[in-house]
Amino acid sequence: MKTSIVDSILGPRVSQKEQSRHSLRYGMPGFLLLVARVLLLVSLFLPYWHMDLHAPQYPDNLTLTAHINQLGGDVAEIDGLNHYIGMRSLKEAAQFERSVGVYAMILLVVLLEFASYVHSRWAVLLVLPAVLIPAVFLLDLHLWMSHFGMNLDPGAPLSNSIKPFVPPVLGTGVIGQFKTVAWPGVGLILASVASVVLLAALFTHRRAYLPLVRAARKKASG
Amino acid sequence: MQFPLTSARRHATAAAVAMVGVLCGQAAGQSMNDVQKAATERGLSTADLLAAAKTYTPSGMKDEYIIFSSGGHSGQVFVIGVPSMRLLRSIAVFTPEPWQGWGYGVGEEILAAGMSMGKENLWGDTHHPAISETEGEYDGEWLFINDKINARVGVIDLRDFETKQIIKNPLTVSDHGGTFVTPNTEYVIEGGQYAVPWGSEYAPISEYKEKYKGSVTLWKFDRKKGRIDESRSFAIELPPYWQDLSDAGKLASDGYIFMNSLNTELATGGIESGNPPFEAGASRNATDFLHIIDWHKAEEVYKAGKVEQIKGFPVIMLETALEEGLLHVTPEPRSPHGVDVAPKGDFIVVSGKLDPHVTIYSMAKIKKAIASKTFSGHDEWGVPILDFDSVLEAQVEVGLGPLHTQFGPDGYAYTSLFLDSAVARWTMGGSYGKGTPEPDWTLVHKTPVQYNVGHIGVAEGDTVSPDGKYLVSFNKWSVDRFFPPGPLLPQNFQLLDITGKGTDMPVIYDMPIGFGEPHYAQIIKADKLDPWTIYPEVGWDPHTMSLDPMAPKPKMERVERKGDTVEVYMTSVRSHFNPEHVTVKQGDKVVWRITNIERAVDAVHGFSIPVYNVNLSLEPGETAKIEFVADTAGTFPFYCSEFCSALHLEMMGYFMVEPE
Repeated sequence: MKTSIVDSILGPRVSQKEQSRHSLRYGMPGFLLLVARVLLLVSLFLPYWHMDLHAPQYPDNLTLTAHINQLGGDVAEIDGLNHYIGMRSLKEAAQFERSVGVYAMILLVVLLEFASYVHSRWAVLLVLPAVLIPAVFLLDLHLWMSHFGMNLDPGAPLSNSIKPFVPPVLGTGVIGQFKTVAWPGVGLILASVASVVLLAALFTHRRAYLPLVRAARKKASG
Repeated sequence: MQFPLTSARRHATAAAVAMVGVLCGQAAGQSMNDVQKAATERGLSTADLLAAAKTYTPSGMKDEYIIFSSGGHSGQVFVIGVPSMRLLRSIAVFTPEPWQGWGYGVGEEILAAGMSMGKENLWGDTHHPAISETEGEYDGEWLFINDKINARVGVIDLRDFETKQIIKNPLTVSDHGGTFVTPNTEYVIEGGQYAVPWGSEYAPISEYKEKYKGSVTLWKFDRKKGRIDESRSFAIELPPYWQDLSDAGKLASDGYIFMNSLNTELATGGIESGNPPFEAGASRNATDFLHIIDWHKAEEVYKAGKVEQIKGFPVIMLETALEEGLLHVTPEPRSPHGVDVAPKGDFIVVSGKLDPHVTIYSMAKIKKAIASKTFSGHDEWGVPILDFDSVLEAQVEVGLGPLHTQFGPDGYAYTSLFLDSAVARWTMGGSYGKGTPEPDWTLVHKTPVQYNVGHIGVAEGDTVSPDGKYLVSFNKWSVDRFFPPGPLLPQNFQLLDITGKGTDMPVIYDMPIGFGEPHYAQIIKADKLDPWTIYPEVGWDPHTMSLDPMAPKPKMERVERKGDTVEVYMTSVRSHFNPEHVTVKQGDKVVWRITNIERAVDAVHGFSIPVYNVNLSLEPGETAKIEFVADTAGTFPFYCSEFCSALHLEMMGYFMVEPE
């Protein structure tokens, strides 16, 4: 019997009776995917990243806060200071990412929705992008920070005392009289938890459906 | 230590010294021995160390109370922290002040409103500040201050500590009985002082009785607009007795104004013609008159239109005031100074400078005497005189030269003694009596102060709920207290700790004031104030307290010529002005708008142009407009006059005026 491509992607179906007999085994992947989807959706409303800039004349510190779609905190003040060292305005950074970030996240959540109907190895392809969200976020942030930090205007007033630099994306760094302290926001932590949950989902998915896939293959070849 | 210490003192000292030890940081290897050694080297006693522990305010620690002090002849208001006694700032009011740009680009309009008889007045003699009140409590929203020399009142907004309004009293030229506010700041009271003909017009002194007038003005305060509303204000004519200090009644005496007077003799001086000088003529009688004015009723009379327009201002004439029963007087010890209403409004305390007593009147008795017409007679103008004995509650002998009284929370009252150079603590009677261990109406203690104390201020000591804790003695002379900076010596503000009872009320700090001679001051709990540290939005006009639609904004900077007028739209931000070149032709009118677009606390920029006498202080978000005629040709480097940043010196530009 020849299976269609759609059927092979969707993988083996499980009968109602079988499902209710092993509700934990077959229910777990879908449940974990649901948890991850909720975590990711909630994270959209929460900050992903913080940076505090400590300097003597700012006893309350300057702060930067990144959400998926916006950069908040003392952006204008930091831009004002950055013009002395010839750094471009932070408003110009990651404009594309910020404009599409929320839609991209929703797309990934929709992929996870699909993934819960796919009982084959193709599910990995649908889940993996969401697993990578925290890593992609931090990598993108790092690339922008190095791009901005390494491309200072050589004609800026303080160009001889502040050399190009890359502040660490997490942890502490030093620029001039400023100490920078960066740490993940609640949103990023939720997205990271979602990544772990998604890996667990894939594991339970494999445990539930791989035997069925193998059995079906055996049946087809036999 | 040289002092025999009582046990309580010793404990307190040990605690204080231990606190110093903790504050100094034991981690740095410091110990009480180091404190002892430093104290010995500087000759400090245990009492000194204790005073230091009560007042020393390490960097970053904030003060518990804030003093708003009159600035005397500086024409300004001083803001001082308690207990540190550190000067925080002065607020420019009647006198141009370059740091705040007051009169050098901003505030000109407000200063001009205080012109007297068509003349510019570029100084003031501020005497009595009044914080706005709600139900007899300081609410920390507004501050009023009088100018004695020209009879003016200033209105300061305590959101940004800037003067918003100056009004000139059209009737008189000197005031002293103000400013005081009614319990909900319905009115700001300004009592005149030296009698003059209406509007300070000319009349020979021989016509003193006929032409010279006394008055009290009730300025209506519009809290929403934050301005005195002259169109809803009125005055009451009074005999030319040289009205002096006044106070508004509260609670039991709500609706009344109490006002002293010092020349009921109607002395007209003339020492050069062999007449008794004022100082003798005006203190001949044993008593002067305490004025008791029913302002609730006066307001009705004013609203009923029973007024005459004098100098364009509605005045309830003395005759009307008497017909309507608005005014009574009662004898008070001669040459009085302070009249102070007790927290519950039930007692009115008067000090006669030349009488060693404070005289306490009962409001209940005053009301009774008015109702039953218990008069001992009428004065020349027909003003009914309430019989002294029928309104007297008590007299307390406190010492020589009593001036002003303030109240504590616990039944103690405090009176400054000018001649004794001391502050007296005495007990009140009536319902206050239970608060103190001593019998009612008794002198408890006198703490010497250095020297010649005028007013005193107790924390919230003239409200319905005094805080006590601190008393500041506003001394006129300092003599030997400080290094003498030439023969003009500073005044001396002395802080007293009045938390103790009985004889325990030591002086714990001396603060020199070297800018003018302050008079009264009020002390408010700091947490009742909520000042801005930056203006709410970029482009804020502090004069209107709103966004100025014309304020220059980033990317809209430009120079526009419209005929003979050149309009400059400039922004300032660390560390540049934009534009940096402004070129006009000699004779052009220049309208220069400038906005500080900063949002960081303390990122203030100055803006000064040489020769043209311009200096602005632009606080974060503030916008200002200056207008002048470029009548002098030349090259004028303008610059930021506040050291704003590492590139502050580079924050400049050129204003070029091409010759005709």
